[in-house]
Amino acid sequence: MKILVVEDEKELLKSIHDSLIQEQFLIETAENYQSASEKIAVYSYDCILLDIMLPGGNGLQLLQQLKDMGKSENIIIISAKDSLDDKLTGLELGADDYLTKPFHNAELNARIKAVLRRKNQDGKNSIKLSNTELDLTERIFFVDGEKITLNRKEFDILHFFLLNKKRLVTKTALAEHVWGDHIDQADNFDFIYYQIKNLRKKLQQSNADIEIEAVYGIGYKLIEK
Amino acid sequence: MGYLLLIVSFWSVIFYFNMLDEIKDSVDEELENYKRQIVFKAEKDPSILQQKTFDEGFFSVNPISKKEALNFKDTYEDTEIYAQDADDEAPELEPVRILTTVFEQNGNFYELKIFNNMVEEDDLVKELLWDAAGLYVLLIFSILILNNLVLQRLWKPFYELLHELKNYRLGISKTFPRVETKTKEFSDLQDAVTTLLQYSEKSYEQQKEFIGNASHELQTPLAIAINKLELLIEKEDFTENQAEKIAEIMEIIERLVRLNKSLLLLTKIENKQFFDNQEIKVNDIVRKNIDDLQDIADFKQVEIHFTENNELSVNADAALMNIVISNLLRNAIFHNIKSGKVEIIVDSKKLSVLNTGAEKSLNQEKIFTRFQKSEEHQSGSGLGLAIVKAIAELYDFSVWYDFKNGMHEFSVNF
Repeated sequence: MKILVVEDEKELLKSIHDSLIQEQFLIETAENYQSASEKIAVYSYDCILLDIMLPGGNGLQLLQQLKDMGKSENIIIISAKDSLDDKLTGLELGADDYLTKPFHNAELNARIKAVLRRKNQDGKNSIKLSNTELDLTERIFFVDGEKITLNRKEFDILHFFLLNKKRLVTKTALAEHVWGDHIDQADNFDFIYYQIKNLRKKLQQSNADIEIEAVYGIGYKLIEK
Repeated sequence: MGYLLLIVSFWSVIFYFNMLDEIKDSVDEELENYKRQIVFKAEKDPSILQQKTFDEGFFSVNPISKKEALNFKDTYEDTEIYAQDADDEAPELEPVRILTTVFEQNGNFYELKIFNNMVEEDDLVKELLWDAAGLYVLLIFSILILNNLVLQRLWKPFYELLHELKNYRLGISKTFPRVETKTKEFSDLQDAVTTLLQYSEKSYEQQKEFIGNASHELQTPLAIAINKLELLIEKEDFTENQAEKIAEIMEIIERLVRLNKSLLLLTKIENKQFFDNQEIKVNDIVRKNIDDLQDIADFKQVEIHFTENNELSVNADAALMNIVISNLLRNAIFHNIKSGKVEIIVDSKKLSVLNTGAEKSLNQEKIFTRFQKSEEHQSGSGLGLAIVKAIAELYDFSVWYDFKNGMHEFSVNF
């Protein structure tokens, strides 16, 4: 999978790069409008992460350029501007998703994979890992082909973990992903702990070969046994 | 009005005494005249000298000694005698003024008393009272008419300007207050007001812009900080102690992020960057939010009751209405007690969220202002209710807080 990251802030570009490399993606970067425009014209990518405000031009123009060239890359806009107008224009011009800075690495991962999955669907929309399978269409979880009942939040949490397997998922990233953007209370963490505990129990009882590991009290990590 | 009454009364008293004085003067003059006539007549007709009492006329003549006469001085005296006027049914005491004087006739001295009717004081007072009352009413009417016709017209530009100023809203009104006037004072006032408003408007804009820009510029550095810390934790092996420190730093950055997000949202609301108004069913949004928060409420052992007395629809931005309801609901759930409850009531024009919690009322005035945090929840941004208020203000909804029967009540009136 080849991904182009268009972002003018060097440090952010570097950390996005470092995070995505771990997912075995092939990463190319562009720091300004000109170089992004050239790369888009010459190569094709599985996914493009696009900052809107760039030196030398607007990211939305790059979207237009892609559209004009008839390319249908997966595009995720990453912007500091949480503006509805930009969001709408971006989505109209063919962007697949819109992510507002600051974001968690885990959230970016999840968004990229969701976008890739949507485009490369081969009939069945499910994620498999070891002896487990998560059916995203029917929202059912299987261990060794056997149905395990999960409540809605548990399903969402497991889904998020599966999109970030072997990666750190912080409690905040999890809370924001599962309970939305307007989280203003840290009390949610107790609740997350409680949900994870239940999920772990269910994984254990069903003899799933995956488990959720705590990472220093900061977050969790899904690993294969 | 009362002041005017005082002036009129005071004036009436002075007027009364002056008039009484004037009347006496004129009566005295007349008495003097009579005296001269009587003395003149007495020379030709000595019978006049025989009229010793008032019974037959308005004077009496009595002889006196020379010695008495030489020491005599003319006196005027107010007294009363029995008489019957045209307007009296029976004789009654009438006020009179008596002149006592002396004259000489053929070497004999006589004392002469002449009386003349005085004005009846009680009649005079009565008359004067009516006149004064009339004057008072007349004055009031004149002033009212004068005020209405002349002053109102004169002050019209001023009142118009005042009215426009009262309706002026900083950051909302598009034009400055402006009235047509040729009066220099009013146009000066208008210019001063406009200058002041322009200045306020500019400061307001700058302040908004600053908050917007500042929080906007913070986004990228915050993103970098979080992402780098996440990568660091993933890659390196730390001791428990070190990891704990990093976790603390991350938590602080997360708090910054939340704070910043809320500030951005507030700025956006105040800049009216949300205006995708449509018919919103409040009941549906409440139901959806209850659904979203049910797990967490169960976890906190808080019971949620939803009473729908009416279907409530408002014309507003869907995302903003969702924030209002979600913030109120979260607030009610998080600031609750174990096995407490949350009650949501939708009426035809009102949404109320009631919750159990601390057994004392919160500060009604401060509760909706920015950065108000409860003591137990220091990690909140303190902006949740401020955001609710900002959204309410955007749509002219009113929000208020009340504490009764051990329940904290937050309501939005649409």
